[in-house]
Formats: sequence, C-alpha cells, structure tokens
Amino acid sequence: MGAAPATAANIPAPQSGGISILDRVENFMPKLVLAPTFVGALFFIYGFILWTGYLSFTPSHMLPNYQFVGLIQYRELFHNDRWWVALKNLALFGSLFIVCCLAIGLFLAILLDQKIRSEGFIRSIYLYPMALSFVVTGTAWKWILNPGLGIEKLVRDMGFPNFTFDWLTNSDMSIYTVAIAGVWQSSGFIMAMFLAGLRGVDDSIIKAAQVDGASLPTIYWRIIIPSLRPVFFSAMMILSHIAIKSFDLVMALTGGGPGYSSDTPATFMYTFSFTRNSIGLGAASAMVMLMIVVTVVFPFMYSEIRRAHRG
Amino acid sequence: MVDLSRSQITQGASRLGRILIYAILGLACLYYLVPLFIMISTSLKTLDDIRSGNLLSLPSEVTFDPWVEAWSSACIGVRCEGMKVYFWNSFRFVVPAVLISTFIGAFNGYVLTMWRFRGSDMLFSALMIGCFIPFQVVLLPMATVLGALGIFNSIAGLIFVHVVYGVAFTTLFFRNYYISIPDELVKAAKIDGAGFLRIFWRIILPLSTPIIVVSVIWQFTQIWNDFLFGVVFSTGDRQPATVALNNLVNTSTGVIGYNVDMAAAIIAALPTLFVYIVAGKYFVRGLTAGSVKG
Repeated sequence: MGAAPATAANIPAPQSGGISILDRVENFMPKLVLAPTFVGALFFIYGFILWTGYLSFTPSHMLPNYQFVGLIQYRELFHNDRWWVALKNLALFGSLFIVCCLAIGLFLAILLDQKIRSEGFIRSIYLYPMALSFVVTGTAWKWILNPGLGIEKLVRDMGFPNFTFDWLTNSDMSIYTVAIAGVWQSSGFIMAMFLAGLRGVDDSIIKAAQVDGASLPTIYWRIIIPSLRPVFFSAMMILSHIAIKSFDLVMALTGGGPGYSSDTPATFMYTFSFTRNSIGLGAASAMVMLMIVVTVVFPFMYSEIRRAHRG
Repeated sequence: MVDLSRSQITQGASRLGRILIYAILGLACLYYLVPLFIMISTSLKTLDDIRSGNLLSLPSEVTFDPWVEAWSSACIGVRCEGMKVYFWNSFRFVVPAVLISTFIGAFNGYVLTMWRFRGSDMLFSALMIGCFIPFQVVLLPMATVLGALGIFNSIAGLIFVHVVYGVAFTTLFFRNYYISIPDELVKAAKIDGAGFLRIFWRIILPLSTPIIVVSVIWQFTQIWNDFLFGVVFSTGDRQPATVALNNLVNTSTGVIGYNVDMAAAIIAALPTLFVYIVAGKYFVRGLTAGSVKG
C-alpha cells in the first residue's frame, strides 16, 4: 500500500514556515524510528557475522589478532576429534529430539482433541516445562538420572537389586540423557502446536469421509495428519533450531562430559573461545554452526514466509 | 475436530476407548509432573533422608534448611551467600531489558505496518533472520564491543545485549499484530491531521494491550532463562540466576547437597513459573506467535 509518503501532500498547504518544518519532521519520523533498529541489525547481526567470519581466518588465541591466515582454523577444526564428536552428537541428539517431540506431541494432541473434560488444565500441565530454563531442566534431570541415588536406586528399591542406569557417567550413553531431558521440556509445546493445527482442520472433509464409511484411524492417517503438513514444518524448524543451539541444557546436565563425550557444537564453541583461549578455532566453529542453521533451518523459514505472504 | 463418541464405533467399545484415552492422558500428566514433584520433595529432605529413601519417597521429616541455605549461604564460586545476590541481579537486568525491547518493538511494528516506505519490508525480512542466527556467531565480537564500551561484566551490558537481540522478536510480535488493524482507522486519522506520534498514542497503543502482554511475558521468560549471554558476558557476583545455579550444581567441593541444588533450581525457576501460572494463556500465544506466524 505505501500510503505514508502521500499524507503530508494531502494536507492543505501550511500557513507558516514552522508548520512546514513540523510536517517534514512528521514525514521523516517513521524512518527515524526505524533507524536505530536498522543500524543495530546491520551492525550487531550482519556486521558481527562478518567479524566472526574474519576472526575464523586469523590465528587468534587469547585475544583477537587480525592477521589473515586463510583456512588454517577450519583445517584444524575438522582434524579435531572433539569437533567430530560434537557434530555426531548434534546429529544423534537432534534427530532423537525432533522425532520424539513430534511423535509425543502429535499423539497427545490427537488424544486431547477428543472432547476431553478439563482439557485446558491438562494442556497447561503438558506445557509448563517450556516456562523453565534449560539450566533448571538440566539440574532436575541430573538429579533424577544420578547413578546411585536416582532412578537406579528407585528401581533397585522396587525389587531389582542388579538394575544399573549410569547413562549420565557413561560416555557411550551420555548424549542420550540430553535427549531425554530435552524431550521432556519441549514435547508439550509441540503438542500445543499440533492441537492448534487440529482445531483448524476443515470439519466437512472429515464428515464426508465418515459418510463414506472410513474408520477413525484411516481418517486420521489419510486426511488429518497429511493436512497438518505446515505444522510439521514449523515444529521441525523450531526443534532443529533448539537442537543446534543446545548449550545450556548440555552444560547443566553433563557439562559436555564424561570427558567430551556429550559435547555439542555450541559447547565446543564456548569451551574453545572462552576457556581454552582459541578464539580463531571458536570463531570457525561458530561459522560452521551458522552454516548448519542456514542449510537446515532457512529452507523451512523460507517456505513459511512464502506461505504467510500467500495467506 | 473428530467426534469419537458419535462415530460409528459401537457404544461399548467407545466407552472403553475413552477410558483408555483418559488413562494415557493421565500418564502423560505424570510424566510431566513427576520431575517437579521430585525436585520439590528432594528440596525438603535432609541428606540422610535422601540417602536412605529414593526419588519418589516422601520426606520422612520436612526441613526447610536446604531452602535457607540455597537462598542465603550456599557457596557459588568463592562467595558463600547463596542465590539471593544472583536472583536480584537477574531482576535488575531482565526488567529494563524487557521494557526497552518491548517499547522499541511496538514502535517498529507500528512503522512497519502503518507507515511503510520503500525498503521497509526488506528491513523486516532482514531483521527476522536475526531471530534465527545461532548466537554463538555474535559472542566474540560482542565481547570486544562491550569491552570497548566499558560495560563488559555489568548489568548495563546484559541489558544492552538482551535488547539488541530481543528487538527482532518484539518487532515480529507487534508487526504481526498491527497488520490486522484496518488501514482505514489510521487513514482517517491522517486525513484529520493527526501526526505520527499522536496516532500511535491515541489509536494504536490503546488497542495493543494483548500484544504488549504477550511481548512482555515472552521477553521476560526468554531473558530470565538465558544462560549463554550471562555466562559469556558476566563473571563473579554480576552473574544472573541461571549461571549461578549451574555453578552451584557443578562445583564439586565437599558433600554434594542435592537438596540444596533442588531448592536453588526451584528458586531460579520461580519467576517464570509464576508468570506461566498467572498468564499462561498469553505465554502460549507468544510461543505460537513467535514461531508459527511468518
């Protein structure tokens, strides 16, 4: 529409010079208001990405050093065993986290959509973990999964004295504990997204299918779930974003350990940039994280924006 | 929505089905609630009680000592003054950061919908990307800039960082809300000679209460729960509650006080839990507005 520039012209010619200046200020106001955000975004988002990008081509250790050395940091990064562990963990944790959240979320949403009494109350129980910090979630699950006093002791007390559950301190299994806690925290939110989607499904199609004698599972499988495609997209976008950024949960739950067995790219970046004084390597890992987000999340986002513009 | 009770399943099977549905929904409630129960009951137990009982056993005698210790005397780093310092630290930067970012977001949303100019849509798309970058990619330059401004490791620094990276979200909220306000309303006011600010104060702002609540709640939850900026840009007694909690739990000196850990975790979670209980409806709306809408 772009109606803005026309306004001043439509108003009758000003009587004195003072009003004319005011008008010009009025005209300029929208741009003036947006200017700080514009400059801020340019500098703090795009400028900083370029800055980090440049740092990744430098030999910076404890302090930034702006000598250009090419791809040395990236070569070192991809020869670093710990980085490969972090990438594998991200793939493992990310796919488990996304699949479990989607499955639990969709399942609970379908059940909650059956004219359930006190639905609102149940929904708010499923959703409250989303209000917690990942650090709180990590702390709670660190205690629940505690080898010795946690679930292990609980099951032993129930009459299985040989039961062991030591994933938290087992370097082969520690990344799975991150997935367990992550799914607990985020699946309720995905449920809420699916529930909103289910409420938007067109009733008449379902009625027609019922008249045709389709059974309830068939209706869900063939008609309703496919029509939730956009929700699947949004949910996967959000979940993969959470997974790639996963930092606080890992730090609170396992600290990346035992050793570095449950490191993710986010904890790797933090460790090398801020505790091991390898700023160049940290910057390179941050740039790789950005590239992962660009390749995984942006296609989802693009389709979202296109859909929003059409709608 | 599909009405199970009226579908062609026979009555008896339908009743059985509904019992099953309620049973599964109830089990799921337990799944989400049991960790909270464990946190609360552990925080009220003595250490001996913790060792002799198990996760689900109730405290044999309720003690509030772990709460007192977590709040005022637990050792975090070198200081043994509990969570209280860090708890108030969080409030001191969260409240200003929430208000400032919401204020800027409201103005931005207003311009981006009612006063569009050439390039404003592009600016919005450019800003949207700011919601999606992994913040790891800005940490190192930001540390340098905060140092240069002299606000590294300060409340002002944390306010600054959270405003800078929160504005993308608040702008998104207000823009998506204002876009549903009919253009005629603003056009009529413009013809009547009302100016940019006047239209905002008199017409737009009075309509904005729901979205202001959504934005405030979303920003409060996000900024209070933040760990990354807190741990990178602050040290020692300037750190926020989430960082203090992590330090408390992960410093392994002496006897590990699981009960104190749990009390501290609940203390760190209380403000956002409170907001969720009081205004859960808006919380959910913020989550979906921030994510589903484009």
